[in-house]
Amino acid sequence: MAYKNYILVCAGTACESSKGVALYEALEKELKERGVEAEAQLVKTGCFGFCEQGPIVKILPDETFYVKVGPEHAKEIVSEHIVKGRKVEALLYDKGQAKTADEIEFYQKQQRIVLRNCGVINPEYIDEYIARDGYAALEKVLFEMTPDDVIDELKAAGLRGRGGAGFPTGLKWSFTKNAQSDQKYVVCNADEGDPGAYMDRSTAEGDPHSILEAMTIAGYTVGANQGFIYIRAEYPLAIERLENAIAQAREYGLLGNNILGTDFSFDIELRLGAGAFVCGEETALLASIEGKRGMPIPRPPFPAVKGLWGKPTVINNVETWANVPMIILKGSTWFSSIGTATSKGTKVFALTGKINNSGLIEVPMGTTLREIIYDIGGGIKGGKKFKAAQTGGPSGGVITEEFLDTPIDYESLQSIGSMMGSGGMIVMDEDDCMIDVTKFYLEFTVDESCGKCAPCRIGGRTNYNILDKISKGQGTMEDLEKLKDLAQAMRKASLCGLGQTAPNPVMSTMKYFADEYRAHIIDKKCPAGKCKDLLSYTIIEDKCVGCTACARVCPVSCISGEVKKPHEIDQSKCIKCGQCFGKCKFDAILKG
Amino acid sequence: MAKMTLEDLRKLREGKKAEMTQRDSSDKSARIIIGMGTCGIAAGAKEAFDAFLDELSSHNVTDTKIAQTGCMGLCFSEPTVEVEVPGMPRVIYGNVDDKVARRIVKEHIIGKALVSDHIFDKPAADIIK
Repeated sequence: MAYKNYILVCAGTACESSKGVALYEALEKELKERGVEAEAQLVKTGCFGFCEQGPIVKILPDETFYVKVGPEHAKEIVSEHIVKGRKVEALLYDKGQAKTADEIEFYQKQQRIVLRNCGVINPEYIDEYIARDGYAALEKVLFEMTPDDVIDELKAAGLRGRGGAGFPTGLKWSFTKNAQSDQKYVVCNADEGDPGAYMDRSTAEGDPHSILEAMTIAGYTVGANQGFIYIRAEYPLAIERLENAIAQAREYGLLGNNILGTDFSFDIELRLGAGAFVCGEETALLASIEGKRGMPIPRPPFPAVKGLWGKPTVINNVETWANVPMIILKGSTWFSSIGTATSKGTKVFALTGKINNSGLIEVPMGTTLREIIYDIGGGIKGGKKFKAAQTGGPSGGVITEEFLDTPIDYESLQSIGSMMGSGGMIVMDEDDCMIDVTKFYLEFTVDESCGKCAPCRIGGRTNYNILDKISKGQGTMEDLEKLKDLAQAMRKASLCGLGQTAPNPVMSTMKYFADEYRAHIIDKKCPAGKCKDLLSYTIIEDKCVGCTACARVCPVSCISGEVKKPHEIDQSKCIKCGQCFGKCKFDAILKG
Repeated sequence: MAKMTLEDLRKLREGKKAEMTQRDSSDKSARIIIGMGTCGIAAGAKEAFDAFLDELSSHNVTDTKIAQTGCMGLCFSEPTVEVEVPGMPRVIYGNVDDKVARRIVKEHIIGKALVSDHIFDKPAADIIK
């Protein structure tokens, strides 16, 4: 007997960390207790993208979208919705309106190609992937297409690498195909390292078979029989799902010897990384797979010609892979109809920071930042003013208000001093200090630099030290010149992308927020009130009524004064925690 | 399962696809909504629901969405079922048991003709608006 209802529970990392597992178990128990386990199928699925409101539960076929569901709600969902068919009003996203998932603004401007199966299928069950046309692309490639056909199709589609640099995928594959060698390899880069980015993790967790299928297609195309997925050990759930998917694909004969009865054989293994950012760089990644220390080597030769153990290797990032089966199935004309002139298809962004709907989104290339932030993201938290969005993580730059309407693609982002990167998008508001943010990114790259080449190792540290000085009010205008010179040297002389792009956040913020740098250096002020050394809290005598609220909340007891008389802050003891500022009801405390 | 051939894979895909379309509500033009309040369930709405599912799949009807709802207020003629087919008026059927459910699928959904003897002809004011 078919099921009457399907309960889709998000089992991505974000929802799991907000009690998704307990919720799943509670629903399972409740269905059993009410004797309706044969009527509703419980499906553990991948990320719905709407992480802000997680854990998410979607009930099909009526498309009810429940948000912030806890284990304590399991009973109500089962007894009301499943047994009696009444929606649980309190858990609906837009209480009262009962919009279906497709009608929620968050999903309106999105187009899901990479995330097509996330939140739809159970990623631990290969049959559901197959039912959604899974492995149909592999079928088509093996029985109807030659390797050259596949490459032509990818070239015509205009697919470019989603890992950041945007190199044309079809071209990359053709290099490896044309290279002469007895052994070739296919590698998936799942070493997602940008702070705030988690699209690759979610894809691997929610739709692992799409990666396996695409890699197998590449194996057939370039003539490789072995694939490796390099993934950081910090992604345990993604690893578990990928391992499970590989085992299932092997059982079905979709990996291994003589796939689907053909002469073509291909297998995939996982390789776990220890979470070093530099291992996202392809040559360092390959070194790490070989068991060596993860450090980059000069290119050329590129891995496409001389990669893993010196053999020609196709290496692509998770998101790039996930696009491939869809291009084969739906054709290059369909794919190239989406996006802009130079950038085709969609891009997944991890939207985080000061935004109402943080989460995972997929939009056509050419969508503007305004659409992403205000239509999909629901605007800035607390109704504050938008200041900038950082894309490309520690290798990228900021996009300011004047560029809100720029269609986003590889070229447009580069022309305004940022980059696509892997797709982290961090939104900042008026309370964020750009010097502070830049310092954070520099600290990250200094930490993650492998130390092999001097420009990155020494240049990065010097850059950081100068910025630290500026944030303490000890900077000079000459320092800005030094930053520019250093950036120039690092860009030109660093061995790999990490060092070459490390100065990007500095250069970008210096360009668009020059006045903020001047305020720190000349006025010794931090306009956003973030840099503690430039900040002081003072009590305005006329406004203070002596209610003692501030003195009571101060953790270091540096506020003194008699009841009903103006108080005073002892600046030498003040740790600038800002608690008194938040507590004062009379606006008597001045921050600045 | 043993290693698959091309035929095996295609067969499995077709079989699973039919199962999964049940979940999907897009591309579905017709709707069957079953009142599953306490009154509906007591009067046999679950059996009717099963009959609908069974009949739809045995006739390979894939464009019909089937959903449950709460009590429609017509407790005296439960199980009540609302059927919406494009190009036809929205109809509420009363006293839908297993047999009537199968007739609705065959005559109304597939045959595009109303099952006249089970139409609930005095709907409550809030339902007809």
